[in-house]
Amino acid sequence: MNSAYEKPLPRIDEINKPYWEAAKRHEFVLQRCDNCGNYRYPAGIVCPHCMSDKLTWVKVSGRGRVYTWVVIHQVYHPAFAGDIPYAVVAVELEEGPRMSTSLVGCKPEDITIGMPVEVAFNDVSREIALPVFRPA
Amino acid sequence: MSLNGACAISGLGYTVQGKVPGRSAFSFYVEAIKNAIFDAGLTNKDIDGLLIQPCPTAPGINAFGLAQEMGFNLRFGGDQQVQGASACAIVHHAVMAVSAGLCHYCLCAFADTSRSDTSGAGIIYQRAWGNDAAYGLFGVAANYAMIARRYMHEYGITHRQFGEVAVTFRRHASLNPLAQMREPITLEDHHKSRPVVEPLHLLDCCLVSDGGRALIVTTAERARALRQPPVYITGMGQGHPYSDPLRRRMLTVTGALDSGRTAFHMAGIGPADIDVCAIYDAFSFIVPLQFEDLGFCRKGEGGAFIEGGCIGLGGKCPTNTSGGLLSEVYLQGWVGTHEAVRQLRGDCGPRQVHGAEIALVTSSGGVLSEHATLILRR
Repeated sequence: MNSAYEKPLPRIDEINKPYWEAAKRHEFVLQRCDNCGNYRYPAGIVCPHCMSDKLTWVKVSGRGRVYTWVVIHQVYHPAFAGDIPYAVVAVELEEGPRMSTSLVGCKPEDITIGMPVEVAFNDVSREIALPVFRPA
Repeated sequence: MSLNGACAISGLGYTVQGKVPGRSAFSFYVEAIKNAIFDAGLTNKDIDGLLIQPCPTAPGINAFGLAQEMGFNLRFGGDQQVQGASACAIVHHAVMAVSAGLCHYCLCAFADTSRSDTSGAGIIYQRAWGNDAAYGLFGVAANYAMIARRYMHEYGITHRQFGEVAVTFRRHASLNPLAQMREPITLEDHHKSRPVVEPLHLLDCCLVSDGGRALIVTTAERARALRQPPVYITGMGQGHPYSDPLRRRMLTVTGALDSGRTAFHMAGIGPADIDVCAIYDAFSFIVPLQFEDLGFCRKGEGGAFIEGGCIGLGGKCPTNTSGGLLSEVYLQGWVGTHEAVRQLRGDCGPRQVHGAEIALVTSSGGVLSEHATLILRR
């Protein structure tokens, strides 16, 4: 636990609250549509495939592949200054949705598109565990 | 639907531009609007339509406050936010309003003070979206870089090919006295410029600027009676993929696909008929990407297409002859609309494309999220 965590924290709202509550328990969940079975990320109100509002939070594999990635050299936020240059990856989850995240345990120069990754959790505060990914 | 040149662009307004500290966004709107009216040979009493793209640094400014300042008696107006695609998209709305008889002279305007803003609003292009900030993903460049990497991976386009775009547009800017960056650059300068968000380097990224632009849309008949040669609007199209690139099926397909197809169909012509292009170039790599989606070359061949002088003056497809967003000035899609009109007026001096009759303009917003196209002829 980092007592002086200064990076931006996610904004938790009524819609994404189950995602962050699960993450806190180190569980990775997504909304799945009861009607058509598609998964969505980030959390929302209706299924963008069929417009059903019957979305159920389910535990998912936590596995995926790197879809694309970038290496940030510019200080956009002071709390990231010490990390520069750092990578942000987009992971395509086995269930379909893609998400921006961090890849831990892998130097930026070793990242490749398509590399298999799995979820891990970074406990950044008493309330927040950030889902991050590591090479699988 | 066929437009058949029923409407025309007949007045262009510029302002001082680039790094212009101490000027309000409102004053840039006023200067640009006034200059467009003078350029057309009209007076403020003629203007009965006003559409503005809201200013990123001064979102409180609206069309009706400006109309009051300028002494317009509006019959049509409002603020239209289509992000970076607003320039072409606002012209679409102006054409529809003029064609429907809602107004006779529709003024369209934009201003930005992002270069010199001191209120903090100028960092708009660097903010995070959603909860991506938790992972350190901020700013427009980082989101575009995600697409650039994927483009390189899927089609083998190279950073050197990105450089061809940057070097060519800078050469064009060196011929443009209004351009913010006029010192020519080499492929090596491009490659060695500092990485901002890899794979994008500094010279892959557009400028940040202060200034304003305005133009007037009216009927073809009215335009023929005005001071400047009319530039007819013959094709219009839009295409808007999801805002968040990661939620699109393909990162390497842009809104230009639908936008261009609709515009070419309306104009009844194809890419081979275009004499001069103004392609939205917030980042170097989105130029070849749009050429592919617009049908100038096959998918994945944009890198080869832009090489060998094709997009330079004297090439097959001279593009962004003012220097574009990369080297002239960053005033979103208004840089392209204005340069295309000037090319068709034959008003571009040393950077004139001789005999240019038909121009294509694109403007694009968000992270290739909104897209609008115009086809113009003299």
